[in-house]
Amino acid sequence: MSTATPVAPAAAESRTYAAYSRSLLARLLLNREAAVIAALVVVFVYALGNVQYFDGPLTIYNLLKEYAPILLMALPMTLIIVTGEIDLSVASTLGASAAITGVLVVDHDLSVPSAAVVAIVVGALLGALNGFFVAYVGLPSLAVTIGSLALYRGLAEGLIQDKRISGFPGALRTWPTERIGDTQYPNIIIPIIVLAVLFGLLLHFTSFGRSVFEIGLSDEAAHFSGVNVARTKLILFTLSGAVAALAGVYVALKSNSVATDTGAGFELKVIAGVLLGGVSIFGGRGALHGVIAGVLLIAVLNSALQLDGQGSEVIQIIIGLLLVGSVIASNFLPRIRALLPRRAVTPEVTSKTPVNGDHTRKVAQ
Amino acid sequence: MRINSKRFAAGAALALVATLGLAACGSDDDGGSDGGGGGGDKTTVTFLPKNLGNPYFETSDAGGKKAVEEFGGTFAEVGPDTAGPDAQVSYIDTAAAQGVNALIVSANDPTALCDSLNAARDAGTKVVTFDSDTDPECRDLFINQATAEGIAKVQVDMIAEQIGDAGEIAILSAAANATNQNAWIDLIEEDLAANHPNIKLVDTVYGDDDDQTSFDKTAALLADHPNLKGIVSPTTVGISAAARYLSTSASKGKVALTGLGTPDQMRDYVKDGTVTEFALWNPEELGYLSAYAGKALADGDITGAEGDTFEAGDLGEFTVGADSTVLLGDPFRFNAENIDEFHF
Repeated sequence: MSTATPVAPAAAESRTYAAYSRSLLARLLLNREAAVIAALVVVFVYALGNVQYFDGPLTIYNLLKEYAPILLMALPMTLIIVTGEIDLSVASTLGASAAITGVLVVDHDLSVPSAAVVAIVVGALLGALNGFFVAYVGLPSLAVTIGSLALYRGLAEGLIQDKRISGFPGALRTWPTERIGDTQYPNIIIPIIVLAVLFGLLLHFTSFGRSVFEIGLSDEAAHFSGVNVARTKLILFTLSGAVAALAGVYVALKSNSVATDTGAGFELKVIAGVLLGGVSIFGGRGALHGVIAGVLLIAVLNSALQLDGQGSEVIQIIIGLLLVGSVIASNFLPRIRALLPRRAVTPEVTSKTPVNGDHTRKVAQ
Repeated sequence: MRINSKRFAAGAALALVATLGLAACGSDDDGGSDGGGGGGDKTTVTFLPKNLGNPYFETSDAGGKKAVEEFGGTFAEVGPDTAGPDAQVSYIDTAAAQGVNALIVSANDPTALCDSLNAARDAGTKVVTFDSDTDPECRDLFINQATAEGIAKVQVDMIAEQIGDAGEIAILSAAANATNQNAWIDLIEEDLAANHPNIKLVDTVYGDDDDQTSFDKTAALLADHPNLKGIVSPTTVGISAAARYLSTSASKGKVALTGLGTPDQMRDYVKDGTVTEFALWNPEELGYLSAYAGKALADGDITGAEGDTFEAGDLGEFTVGADSTVLLGDPFRFNAENIDEFHF
């Protein structure tokens, strides 16, 4: 950090906007996303060299196969958390969708693609219901989606009762988990990459994406600058439901089995990955590549620790600490830093931050 | 200021994330050898119970550990915290990647684990299921704790011994549509008709595996049948609720109670004389046998084909039956003499 210090103030003097006050390289490399990606690379390389069997032919395949639903659901979750909302119902939507797929395919002999379409449409409707209550009724998303977490799980239980559905028909069932050629990559990463690119474009390169960030910074300001806040949120929750349903179809096919607790608890893994990936829980800040790295970081850590013979308690503690640590790093260190004596501060920047509280908020973003 | 803070935050996040990650991996190196070690000549055996922290599986895994220590292998126990249908998948995947010689699994779901188990078998790991089986094509061997016939017979034998082979008995079962219990009850009725003509089964009631319902049904049974001499409860919930009722009622010591129970639930009632003897398989022996079966498979002594025989330490010789299944033996009877040796 000391090496870049002389550059920054000079740049700040010549530019008006804070976001452009650093060189392009510094902006690309000195942010949370880059930090998470670096951590992912470091942990991965370290595990390759030091954890026995991590370099084996099954590791990456298993890791992607198990974390595919988390990666999928993290994509729309990123956009939702950037608006300052949250969707806790994704894992229940996944469970409901898996149940629908199971009932349609196994009990009613529907083909897998048609059942998947039905499940995804239902998932989108479930998401839209969340979105309606959040966006148009104005209820807090935390409360709404805690409710639908229970409601949609109940829907899954109602559909399949106490029985377990298994016995999906052959070829299409194994497609998602088959390897692409002789690589370690299962087929499911193809839709994940496509969706990741689409969501990346949507969030970072469209006016819709910019409105998502604006809503996260301030609902009202976004409204007064012409953003249709309610519609944007409705679309995001609908997308979240649809993608969670897609993940549900995948989980059903992967396990060849659907039970009432399929996917239970996934929502926390998704949110952990999103937050670790540098998205601010207060909204307004985040990037999709960071989220993907965040989810993969959890996956790689989990896999490396398991291969090393660690129990689930150690793994949970480490991932929990990592998450808490990253939240602390992004929210509190800048505030503490702001309280310390300042050095090399340009007069222009200080004059733009008259109130101390306002200043810390901007920094925290 | 903004610039410095942001860079500081980024740097700090990187440092934190990296140190945590590295510390995590680094510190494991010392104690991490017990997780795998497929490359060595020791047989590596990994136990994967339905979930960790379950006394039943702690007992069975302890039996497995004892066996592994006897034959000089390397023992590991891994498992999820909760018994979700595919919660075990990542542990199977990990064992496969580690190349463990034998994976001993109690399956949470008969089909959800199949792809992973078969991937592990393709990678050279021998898969033994115990307690709860998977579909037969996903494992090399299933160690069956008891057959339905064995379970039915031990309960008939116990109640016959306790009531002097004559008199009225009743059955307190789980739910009316419980598959296992109904199969056992049919066999109990057959055995009674064939071998115990003086014992009369007067009633079968259903406590739905609910403690309070079972308690109330026990009270009703005693009221309806004043000459009742014994109750058989082929469910752990039922037998403990019935024992709780009997222990405080006037019938204590007069009406015999037996069935399937766990030592922890029944200890007090055995000690206060409400219950003389009850049965269940011995999970420690189950784990012990499973570990030896895993070793026999890994060493190539057996392939899991019907008629294969292998030695299982103190338990002696076992023969593989149909569908690659090995039967542990007759259910184990718990009574005042041995109950303190068991904690599950």
